[in-house]
This record gives sequence, C-alpha cells and structure tokens, in this order.
Amino acid sequence: MAIASEWPRISALGTDGFLVTFADSLSEPANRAALSFRDAVERSGWSAVQETSASLVSAYLRFDPRGISHAELLTALRGLLGRQDWFAAPLPQGRRLWRVPAVFGTSLAPQLGEAAHAAGLTVEEAVASLTKNPVRVQTIGFAPGQPYLGELPPAWDIPRQSKLTSQVPACALAVAIRQLVLFPVPAPTGWRHIGQTQFRLFRPETEQPFVLRPGDEVLFTPVDAETLERMKADPDGGARAEVIR
Amino acid sequence: MTRTLIIRSAGPGVSVQDLGRPGHLAGGLSRGGAADRLALAEGAALLGQDAGTAALEMAGAGGEFEASEDIRIALTGAPMRASLDGAPLVWNASHLLPCGGRLKIGGCEAGSYGYLHLGGGIATVPMLGSRSAHLGAGLGRTLQAGDRLPIGADPGLRGTGQRLDPAARCEGGTLRVVAGPQTGLFTPEQIRAFENTSFRRDVRGNRMGVRLTSEAAALKPGGGLTVVSEVIVPGDIQITGDGSPFVLLSECQTTGGYPRIGTVLPADLPLAAQARPGTLFRFRFVPLEEAVEIEAAEQERRKTLGATLRPLLRDPRSMFDLLSYQLISGATAGDDLERDH
Repeated sequence: MAIASEWPRISALGTDGFLVTFADSLSEPANRAALSFRDAVERSGWSAVQETSASLVSAYLRFDPRGISHAELLTALRGLLGRQDWFAAPLPQGRRLWRVPAVFGTSLAPQLGEAAHAAGLTVEEAVASLTKNPVRVQTIGFAPGQPYLGELPPAWDIPRQSKLTSQVPACALAVAIRQLVLFPVPAPTGWRHIGQTQFRLFRPETEQPFVLRPGDEVLFTPVDAETLERMKADPDGGARAEVIR
Repeated sequence: MTRTLIIRSAGPGVSVQDLGRPGHLAGGLSRGGAADRLALAEGAALLGQDAGTAALEMAGAGGEFEASEDIRIALTGAPMRASLDGAPLVWNASHLLPCGGRLKIGGCEAGSYGYLHLGGGIATVPMLGSRSAHLGAGLGRTLQAGDRLPIGADPGLRGTGQRLDPAARCEGGTLRVVAGPQTGLFTPEQIRAFENTSFRRDVRGNRMGVRLTSEAAALKPGGGLTVVSEVIVPGDIQITGDGSPFVLLSECQTTGGYPRIGTVLPADLPLAAQARPGTLFRFRFVPLEEAVEIEAAEQERRKTLGATLRPLLRDPRSMFDLLSYQLISGATAGDDLERDH
C-alpha cells in the first residue's frame, strides 16, 4: 500500500487493517490527532469497519475486505484526514476527570526516591510535580485496561531501569520517559514503582470492563497508607470521576 | 441432568478456546482464542456445528476425559496419541464417547496444539463474549483434574465416524507475509536476506508468539529508529533487540514498540503456531491484493470443509485388535467400527 512521505501516514496493517500514524515521536498534538481521528472513524459509520483503537500517535481500524476494498477505504480515509487539522482537533466528547488517591513512596512504592533523584528533584518536589496537574490517558494498551498517562514535565524524561523489577502489584503507579503507567494486574516492569493505588482498571465481570478510556484525565491525590487501606472496601479504590465539559 | 465432560487428568496447557473476543483492542485486550483457528473450523466441520463453538485446546499433551452421557467428539490439530478404553482412536476424525468411557489423550506426535471438540460444544459462561481462557489477561485458567465442563445441546448433525484430511501444518514451511507500517525501515537488501534465510523455531514460544532464530546476520532496522508503541496484531513479525524475528500469535499484547518487518497471513498462522522447536521456516512477501484473495479463498474453504468429509474406514493393517472383530459372520448393528471396541 502506498506510503506518503509526510505526516499523517496511512499504511496497511495485516490483510484487514489500516494504521494512520501522525508522528514518529510522542507529543501532545500527535496524541490529540490519534484520539480525535479514531473518534471520527468511529462516528463515520463505515459499515465494513469492525473495530477501531488509538495508541499514542496512531489510530488503527480493522475492516472486512469483503465489504469494502482496500482502495475504497484508503480513499475514504484520505478524505476524512483532509477534512481538518487533526493535530489541533478538539478531543472526543464524554471524557472524564478521575481523582485517584495514591500513596507515594513508603514501603508500598519503594522507588519514589530513586525516581525523584533521576529526575533531579527532591521527593517532596517529585510528589508535588506528579499531583499538581491532571495527566491524560494517552492510550490503553499492553494489558487490559492499562493506561499510559502523560505528558509529565520535562524533568521526568528518565529512562526505564536497565533491569526489570520482577513484579509490581496490581494498581501500582510507575514512571519513565515523561509517562505514568497504572498496572491492572501484577506485572514485571522496567518502570520505577513510585505510587500505589487501589484503583481496579479491568473488571471483566461488569458491563464496563475497561474503566479508563483514552482521552480521560487523571489527577492523583496523595494519601497515607491507612487511608488507602480503608479504600480497599470501595470498588473504585476511592477514585471519583466527573465529566469534563 | 446437565451433560458434562469430566476432566480426570490434564496436561499443563489444557484450556477452553473458541475464536476469542475481537473488539476490545481499545481496552487493551487482545482477541486471544485458539492458537490454531483452522483446527476449530475442522472440528466444527466434523461435528456439523459452528466454527465458533468452544473446544478444548491441548498444548503439548492432553489428559483423561469422561462424559456423563454419550457424546460426540472430534479430534483435530496436532495429532496426539488417543484411545478410548484402550483402543486407539483415529485423529482428524469424529467418534462416539460413550457415557463412562475413558478417553485418553497423550502427547503430540507432531505439532504443538491438539483439539478435543464436543458435539454441542463446551457451554461454560462466556466472559466478554467468549469462552476462551486468556491467561495473559487473567481471564479463565488452565484445566485441572476434577474440573467438570458443561456441554451444550447437540443436534447430532453428521453423526460420528467421519474423517477429514487436514491441511498439513505441523512441519513448518513458507509463511507468506504482507508489508506493513515499518517494512520500509528495512533496506531492500535486508528484505531479500530475510526472504532467503531459513529460520528455526526457537524453544521460546507460547500462545503469545514464537521466536525464530537463524545462522544469518541479525536483522537491524535502518536509521536506528525507535518505533512509538502502536497497535500490534496476530501475525506481526517483530524484530526484537537481538535481531531475531518474533511472530505474534492469538494471545499477543495489543501494543508494541518493536519494528515489524511484516505480517504473516492469517491463513498461514496455524503453521507458525503448530511448529515445534527446531522446525524450519522461510518467509515470502506477497502483494497485498494477492494476500486479500488468499484470505478470502481460505475463509471460503474453511466454511465448506464439511463437504470433504469421508467415512472413517479403519485400515486392517493398523488394527492391532483385529482378532477382537467378528470378521466372518453374524448379525451386527452396523456400527462396530464406530464403537472402536
């Protein structure tokens, strides 16, 4: 399939998909474009499109090639891309702001000091920096319901550890490369474990199995370990959501 | 009474699988489902039911099974040593498993994933639209001795005692590939070298994917470019840090940041899934238009597998229990062969 030299770029992925990529590195406008364009494809009502998703800087769609040819869908995608400047598009409607209680540091999240040091901050400055402003769910991926949150201030452009932590618990908050990750399930990771929440992100037994959606915003609220312990009784681990208007 | 399959013992990788749960990529949940989707189509054809019917996937080894009532079964995928009350059962065929009969399924004779299909299918409660265990996502689990699985109602279409000739897929071969978003990161010389290299399936591999190794120089994408994490799909060939290709299978993650040299056609994925460590592979790029035609033809072929069934006639040379058959005279119900003694 033809690949244009300029962004955005459309490429076939497999025999039944297209990937629309907006940049070769992560930035707020490229993430905005990916989220908005995916939303536009969803709302376009193209009947052969079976599934869409957005990742950090790209939107994916899977379709039935027996329902529409690659060439026809490519033309439609180009038409939709040309309709507006997706890098400046408004984000999808219905986004929510989640306030999520988190314990920073202590034995529950042992790598806060190390991460703060890597960022050139004191522990107090680090927590203040991580809790001052909401971060956006840039994408959900890797594991079910797992958000990548950002973008953090430039000081947080710290690398992943060269060695993996053998396991962080479910609901752990970890940092690297100007992003935060919240873990739905216990996992090995190269990201530094700096906070601990009780926010269950994947609930397969419910109507809404994936709690966070791309585009949602998350503001972490520092709490102590006892407060977090009490929040175990709450299905949302103390998290509260409001619709962003 | 509920029709039940009783698991008397199970190998370490026995799980319920169907065609998985498409549609949750945006939530970070990959489709999952049977590692060898063709085997599901074959089992469905043998029993005259839908290809989405849930079956038991047996990685490497099966187990011992018993049914609470007479049920129909079919065996597909990697051929395994199977017997019913001690008498061998033909693989790639349908049989009657009588109430109380003891079905034993041993290790693979070739390939990696064998399938036990039940007339009416496994009727566990679906989660997010599928009965498949997705171990990476924490959905479902592998089966253990003592587990009892409900079996759905069986209209009994096509009876038992049928066989089909499966498409060969346990011996490796050529995997056809289409170009994708990062194919252009590799030079034409690298692509040619990739196509001219014999790869061997590594010991590292599972339902998420299989690693391949070769004697050839490691593949390095041009420009030292890193790829921003993006959607990955089953069949994608990731080139990992050491330059080895890693072919993603049904339970792969939803996003990844390794450059992908291309994507294996779904029609050829059963070959990658079934290969044992050491199996040889080549890759060959095909134009997208051709790949789409191959896929359409393969989907059509899978739908019409039922028309290719043949009655299960046992070859006397392979009947070790020949003397137990009444070969000369006497009235029979005509289903001796099916009963398999």
